Amino acid sequence: MIRQERMRVVKHREIAHNIYEMTLIGQLVHEMKSPGQFVHIRVSDSYEPLLRRPISIASIDRETLEFTIIYRAEGRGTSMLATKNIGDEVDVLGPLGNGFPIDEAAPGETVVLVGGGIGVPPLYELSKRLVEKGVKPIHILGFQTKEVVFYEELFGELGETHVVTVDGTHGHQGFVTTVLAGLKTDFSTYFTCGPTAMLVAMENMYPDKKGFLSFEERMGCGLGACFACVCKTTEQTAVDYVKVCSDGPVFAAGVVHI
Amino acid sequence: MNRLAIEIPGLSLKNPIMPASGCFGFGKEYAKLYDLSKLGAIMIKATTLETRLGNPTPRVAETASGMLNAIGLQNPGLEKVIAEELKWLEQYEVPIIANVAGTLTEDYVEVAKHISKSKNVKALELNISCPNVKCGGITFGTDAAVAAELTAAVKAVSEVPVYVKLSPNVTDIGEIARAVEAAGADGITMINTLIGMRLDTRTGKPVIANGTGGLSGPAVKPVALRMVYEVAKQVSIPIIGMGGITTVDDVIDFMSAGASAVAVGTANFVDPFVCPNIIEQLPEKLDWLGLNHVSELIGRSHR
Repeated sequence: MIRQERMRVVKHREIAHNIYEMTLIGQLVHEMKSPGQFVHIRVSDSYEPLLRRPISIASIDRETLEFTIIYRAEGRGTSMLATKNIGDEVDVLGPLGNGFPIDEAAPGETVVLVGGGIGVPPLYELSKRLVEKGVKPIHILGFQTKEVVFYEELFGELGETHVVTVDGTHGHQGFVTTVLAGLKTDFSTYFTCGPTAMLVAMENMYPDKKGFLSFEERMGCGLGACFACVCKTTEQTAVDYVKVCSDGPVFAAGVVHI
Repeated sequence: MNRLAIEIPGLSLKNPIMPASGCFGFGKEYAKLYDLSKLGAIMIKATTLETRLGNPTPRVAETASGMLNAIGLQNPGLEKVIAEELKWLEQYEVPIIANVAGTLTEDYVEVAKHISKSKNVKALELNISCPNVKCGGITFGTDAAVAAELTAAVKAVSEVPVYVKLSPNVTDIGEIARAVEAAGADGITMINTLIGMRLDTRTGKPVIANGTGGLSGPAVKPVALRMVYEVAKQVSIPIIGMGGITTVDDVIDFMSAGASAVAVGTANFVDPFVCPNIIEQLPEKLDWLGLNHVSELIGRSHR
């Protein structure tokens, strides 16, 4: 069920250049079921900025009723969010959207999780769930440069992890596809979240693999009512369009026209 | 006595609060959050004769205390709206105001004729003010004679009262209001969005794919309020006021300026519970003002 709650900040720190990790506590965490869902956050109680910010859920702890988001303080809204202190309250609406289908991977199988930049966070909760289930994840995480790399060790604790930077300042040099091309292990399914160019590359590279992609689009309501975040679908899809917020943000490969 | 009840042509409103067209879809998303029967009415998303897929994305951009949108009247088309969306809404005790849009007069007439037969559609809202489509929409709403002609054509076929949604993108909104009243409109809804633009400072290009979009949100409230105030002096048919309404105080202002009821638009995106919250706060606000009934607010500014 979708709820709205003023949640308290219990942890907030910069984990890489302009990349913040914020942990919030509240009853809303009870509703968080699937990795890859997002929350819609109001960064200010005034009209400035007006709209909520959709931010994906990076990890969920249902025992402590805490969940964590990781965001880049880039625009006006996220820069304001970055000024929140521990103990402050944040207006959260969520959980929203449909996450990654963990049922699509069977115990014992190997899967790859491919993330780009600020698309990496939802893969963390996904990986934890897959590991719990006995699935073996291989993580391929792409970043622009060394100073924006985050969560390398945490992913490393869950499985094989390759970091790649565009400028080669950390890990491999190139793109996630560079690492994938050299990957010796076969896998059953891929899960990915990142810039559109990366999603396109994944679909092109593995036309015959089962894959699930998480999309991003400018949103209004986050609930499916305003029709701001629609995407065209491919010809083999039964519907003409999908809404990223309420039909997605995760779609099976081949559904969205990219 | 229900101190919030309002009676206007076709509509017995249990309270004067309703979500504005385009900001509430066909209600399904918000039904997951609260009982839609709490609402005074629902203005459903604009319905056209055929399915419309709308404009390319990005379709929205945030602005100072507001937002621009250029959705482009995306909707599943008349047939599906009647068979699926309106049918589904029948489970709620809430009158529906069907927003009717089109490219040609004949489109409006056809949609109005059929949709007005639906059991729960108690009024039509003639959309002659959508700024985001190339044909139709606003082209009907910026010329008094054209607006009047379309109003009369729709009135001739509609089985329920017809409200006309006015565009603020005109020199004299009073002239359009008087023209549609003379042509038989049962009421006026106002205002639609103001045409605006936002540029990407780095590239100098518009952020919205459509180039321009309709401005809404708290930023437009003073303009909307002024227009309701002006039009209320010039027509005797009821007005449903809208434009940036976010709080119960905004509702008081619009009704004082002359609106008989109000619609809440963009605020639904910021706080999905805004409509039931305002409804809950209204009685207390009436107490504070020393009023017994919400209708006592209507046109207070002019007395």
